[in-house]
Amino acid sequence: MTAFRRVESPRRIEDAIYSEIIEAGDGWMRDLEAGEVLRIVDLEGNQAVDTLFFDADRPEDHYSAVATVAGQGNVYLTAGSVLRAESGKELLRIVADTCGRHDTLGGSCSAQSNTVRYAHEKLSMHNCRDTFMLQLARRGGPYAKRDLAPNVNFFMNVPVTPEGGLEFADGVSHPGAYVELQAACRTTVLISNCPQLNNPCNAYNPTPVRVLIWSE
Amino acid sequence: MNAIWSTVLVPGAKWSGVVGKHRLLRFTAQEAGANVAVLLFNARDLTERYNMPDTLKAQHTAKLAKGHVLMSDNGRAMASIVEDGLGWHDPLSGCTTRASTDAKYGRTTYQQLRNGWLRSGQENLVVELVRNGLGPRDLGPVVNLFSKVVCGEDGRMQWQAGHCPAGATVALRTEMELLVVLSNTPHPLDPRTPYPSVPVKLEALPAEPAGERDECANFRPENRRAFENTLAYNALLGV
Repeated sequence: MTAFRRVESPRRIEDAIYSEIIEAGDGWMRDLEAGEVLRIVDLEGNQAVDTLFFDADRPEDHYSAVATVAGQGNVYLTAGSVLRAESGKELLRIVADTCGRHDTLGGSCSAQSNTVRYAHEKLSMHNCRDTFMLQLARRGGPYAKRDLAPNVNFFMNVPVTPEGGLEFADGVSHPGAYVELQAACRTTVLISNCPQLNNPCNAYNPTPVRVLIWSE
Repeated sequence: MNAIWSTVLVPGAKWSGVVGKHRLLRFTAQEAGANVAVLLFNARDLTERYNMPDTLKAQHTAKLAKGHVLMSDNGRAMASIVEDGLGWHDPLSGCTTRASTDAKYGRTTYQQLRNGWLRSGQENLVVELVRNGLGPRDLGPVVNLFSKVVCGEDGRMQWQAGHCPAGATVALRTEMELLVVLSNTPHPLDPRTPYPSVPVKLEALPAEPAGERDECANFRPENRRAFENTLAYNALLGV
């Protein structure tokens, strides 16, 4: 798999069975049936979309960043990548991607990690972990903080160097860039449209994204 | 200084235990090519756990080595790497599963091989998690001590042969009360067959708390603030 694989989608907007805007700072949680296709659109460019997945039939089996990257032997997600749960089960496959690279190591921002990364005074700033937890609370059911495993950051570019460094590079996404994932099984999707203002993951300007679903 | 306690993790072994703060956990590879998968939880609140992204991005690193701090998802320093003979431990690759173990080394069962049956990292961790009132939902990225995986410019992950010599050591200093969960199982990207089997000695010793000039607490300003979060937590608790 090469870096920055850009693959367009054959799907047409008018055929989508669902379409919704997620504003910056908001969350979204919905189940996909097996075979359904989710598209996330970076409407204005360089917006980080923190996304977690669960086996909808066995929610304790969450998306595993490490099973995914070790499974494909590559730390970046792009068209063709298979997103796996801890059990190794295939949850989704990226079937289209006009951004070309997505992050698996950066996780979600949180009030607590903001105090570590920036300053203690940042504790009250809005963050993805809070958004995730609010979505879990609204959803009810078995989901709890224990289920918040490291997430994907769509549209984010966090290069790893051969020396073992981690860089926070300029965004590679652009207005209208999208990523499309097809569910291999019933999958619960949890999104936080990142509100982070302390680093350039949203180009210091968190913006809305759109989610669309097709039945195939 | 005498060890409080020690054990040898035989190949395939697993272990979990509650370790108080300011303990040194020293791991020694008894042969070359060791790998130990580590998970950490706050012993007083098992929903707080070692978090790989929070640890790596705060310290701007994709590897773990002396000076680095293993951070929790609540912004606290859980343990510091205070001794390290290798300069690289792998936080990116997770652990072996039953399926991957059977596929790589051949299917084995207890019925056939009794305790020669090949253990998998995930099953080991899950058993220890259940033992402690947790379960599969508490699985997450492990720290693979003694292993090195290099990521190329294109993101390709390459496990490095020959990284760990016999006698290599790495030691973690606990900064708060922890539940430590371990599995001595092969690294998932280690291509060697037969099943890599290296015993690892584990010793627990008392440790001096981080002083003002502690290397790990001062490695980066981020580490300093994680320590401050831990100090506040311990102070509020009165431990």
